Amino acid sequence: MLSCKEASVLLSLSQEQPVGWRARAGLRLHLMLCRGCRNFRLQLDMIRAAIRRFRDDDTPR
Amino acid sequence: MTSPGEQDIQQHRAYLMRYALLQLRNQEVAEDVVQETLLAALQGLAGFSGNSSQRTWLTGILKHKIIDVMRRKAREQPLTINDDESEADAIDAIFSANGHWQQPPANWGDPAKSLEDSKFREMFEICCRVMPERTARAFMMREVMEMSTKEICKELKITQANLWVILHRARLSLRACLEIKWFGTRTN
Repeated sequence: MLSCKEASVLLSLSQEQPVGWRARAGLRLHLMLCRGCRNFRLQLDMIRAAIRRFRDDDTPR
Repeated sequence: MTSPGEQDIQQHRAYLMRYALLQLRNQEVAEDVVQETLLAALQGLAGFSGNSSQRTWLTGILKHKIIDVMRRKAREQPLTINDDESEADAIDAIFSANGHWQQPPANWGDPAKSLEDSKFREMFEICCRVMPERTARAFMMREVMEMSTKEICKELKITQANLWVILHRARLSLRACLEIKWFGTRTN
């Protein structure tokens, strides 16, 4: 079973490139059981979306 | 395609400024590169391939200018060698000895709503600004300039493994900062 530390590395890495099937399977199992890491995954997506949004958003502030 | 008029180009200035600021985190330097970019565009110094939009074209010029600035900075102020170890230590500190989160990430609620919130944006910018220089440089190359990890490694002269650690660290510290500054103080 992956630790949160290991799972977080894989989640971060997934932002760069697809991870192998073994890692993916381990991650899926971990995420089923771990709310913190599920939240972390959503936060990573949100951080990426936020940066692109702030970069591209043309509405005056 | 005719070359863009001055008015068209000025309309892109705000966009280029945001782009440069996210990457360079310095108002003056950002203004300089945007100015240089617009000048190059107006003088038609950079070739324009007709199938990309003006913004894409300008962004392409801007990227080169930003990378030039970063190269210059790297020469003047080389990154210290013990940084990698401190990155790893900082990651270790976020987890307990058995690999659990010291502070498990919380549920941030509806992302769409937060992205609309100007307060979130303000906190996001603050949290980006407190990132260490080297971390921010690599992270923004990845997220703002959307460079591949391969390109970034080449540019920063680091290994893939180094870069993964830096990016991971950047995300961990950014999310921790946001959770404290934004989600922690939010009243639901």
